[in-house]
Amino acid sequence: MSPLLSARGLELRFGRIAALDGVDLDIWPGEVVAIVGESGSGKTTLLRVLSGLAAPDAGSVIFDGQDVLGMNEAARRHLMRTQWGFVHQNPRDGLRMGVSAGGNIGERLMATGARHYGNIRAAAADWLRRVEIDPERLDALPRTFSGGMQQRLQIARTLVTHPRLVFMDEPTGGLDVSVQARLLDLIRALVAELGLSVLLVTHDIAAARLLAHRILVMRHGQVVEQGLTDRVLDDPQHPYTQLLVTSVLAA
Amino acid sequence: MSFALRAENLGKSFTLHLQGGVTLPVLQALELTVAPGECVALSGPSGAGKSTLMRCLYGNYGAGSGRILIRHHDASVDLATADARLVREVRRDTLGYVSQFLRVIPRVPAIEIVAEPLMARGVARDAALARAEALLTRLNLPARLHHLPPATFSGGEQQRVNLARGFAPGYPVLLLDEPTASLDAANREVVIGLIAEAKARGAAIVGIFHDAEVRDRVADRLFDVAPLHEAA
Ligand SMILES: Nc1ncnc2c1ncn2[C@@H]1O[C@H](COP(=O)(O)OP(=O)(O)O)[C@@H](O)[C@H]1O
Ligand SMILES: Nc1ncnc2c1ncn2[C@@H]1O[C@H](COP(=O)(O)OP(=O)(O)O)[C@@H](O)[C@H]1O
Ligand SMILES: [Mg+2]
Ligand SMILES: [Mg+2]
Repeated sequence: MSPLLSARGLELRFGRIAALDGVDLDIWPGEVVAIVGESGSGKTTLLRVLSGLAAPDAGSVIFDGQDVLGMNEAARRHLMRTQWGFVHQNPRDGLRMGVSAGGNIGERLMATGARHYGNIRAAAADWLRRVEIDPERLDALPRTFSGGMQQRLQIARTLVTHPRLVFMDEPTGGLDVSVQARLLDLIRALVAELGLSVLLVTHDIAAARLLAHRILVMRHGQVVEQGLTDRVLDDPQHPYTQLLVTSVLAA
Repeated sequence: MSFALRAENLGKSFTLHLQGGVTLPVLQALELTVAPGECVALSGPSGAGKSTLMRCLYGNYGAGSGRILIRHHDASVDLATADARLVREVRRDTLGYVSQFLRVIPRVPAIEIVAEPLMARGVARDAALARAEALLTRLNLPARLHHLPPATFSGGEQQRVNLARGFAPGYPVLLLDEPTASLDAANREVVIGLIAEAKARGAAIVGIFHDAEVRDRVADRLFDVAPLHEAA
């Protein structure tokens, strides 16, 4: 077996700021990897570079044997549609707010070739159920949903096509604590059931413990510590990781 | 290779960077070999490092020095240097750990918590749930609790869910950290029975038993974990 995604020597500077400073990363099939670190440590930049949304100054990103940084926009979009999923912190960035809930899910399916209207509608209703939204709301607009429901809808839209790799950037970030717990549990169950590979960016240590098999700790654009989730959290070696697990740093 | 688990020259200390970088040595040049079918009880005063040793053996704490060899699929794996994926594989197939307290997962019912490691090894869902049900029943957890998340359970009820989860897969190596601490006499007997059965099928067991009677009935020998300043 080989890694699904493999990055080496990633560097990216914004003026004097090193947003990525020599980052290496592998994600294996079925593995959930969390990137933790305080605000400004380079987590979102790393996700953008890994998914080909931003070009690094140096380094390589290989997905399933394909050079992500060297491919053209059409090829990258094809990967986005068929192999990858992206769950944004703000559901507005991942949903089409002027399209019904069912339409949001169906649209992703159609982009991968589904054509039969009845089947698409049935799949959309099924996915609403799986993310604990009443299928009666199939024709409702996302803007009539609560924040937690919008986020669950974004997850349904993302997972309906069974992507091999899902990028999640602070998926519970903007939500109330009680709503976060339910969403995390839902993500945990779906990820296990579908055997997805996930790269989860979060500043929430409890979320990382619940979901991730492996953790990378980022600071100032560098990975300062990484390993098995429970070992990094229970026996942290780096001073910054020790600080992170004993305090709640601002996102 | 006659051992199931073996620590060689194991050392472990903690460097507390937030407390001025003070270093706390806990284990030094520790040698422990456990054979299949053998139960070793760790002894020593509170704070000596028994739980630390057990967590090192599980790969939960990193080894500072030395090797932790475990027989996994008829090969020998060094947990001190194995990468995260290999440690997970060893935990799935070979190495179980019953911690002092159940780590509850929100909204997941007791029976699913117990069945989960079985399904991870490829046991069909129905069979896994049936085995989970049987073990929870044997540990006298009332049937009405089986389908509830353990967050609201008492300490003793949570610990029985934890024990059922640890004993369900039949791991070749099993680590038990004070497994009977919050149990009544009847459930202590059940745990003693489970340990005896695990040994009979060849499992190697390392345990910390606060209860001398339980310890004397299950352990084949004691392994003393001495506080370092006294041992030195
Ligand atoms: N497009 C950009 N232009 C300039 N600076 C940026 C840009 N994107 C990110 N940065 C800077 O790079 C650093 C890392 O940012 P980011 O990856 O968003 O961190 P995180 O997601 O961990 O909060 C920060 O100092 C941020 O201000
Ligand atoms: N994660 C940790 N970080 C720092 N110190 C620890 C950690 N775990 C255990 N220790 C210390 O190691 C020593 C041994 O503790 P422990 O293994 O729990 O002893 P026992 O189980 O024999 O009572 C104690 O001084 C304890 O504070
Ligand atoms: Mg960010
Ligand atoms: Mg202890």
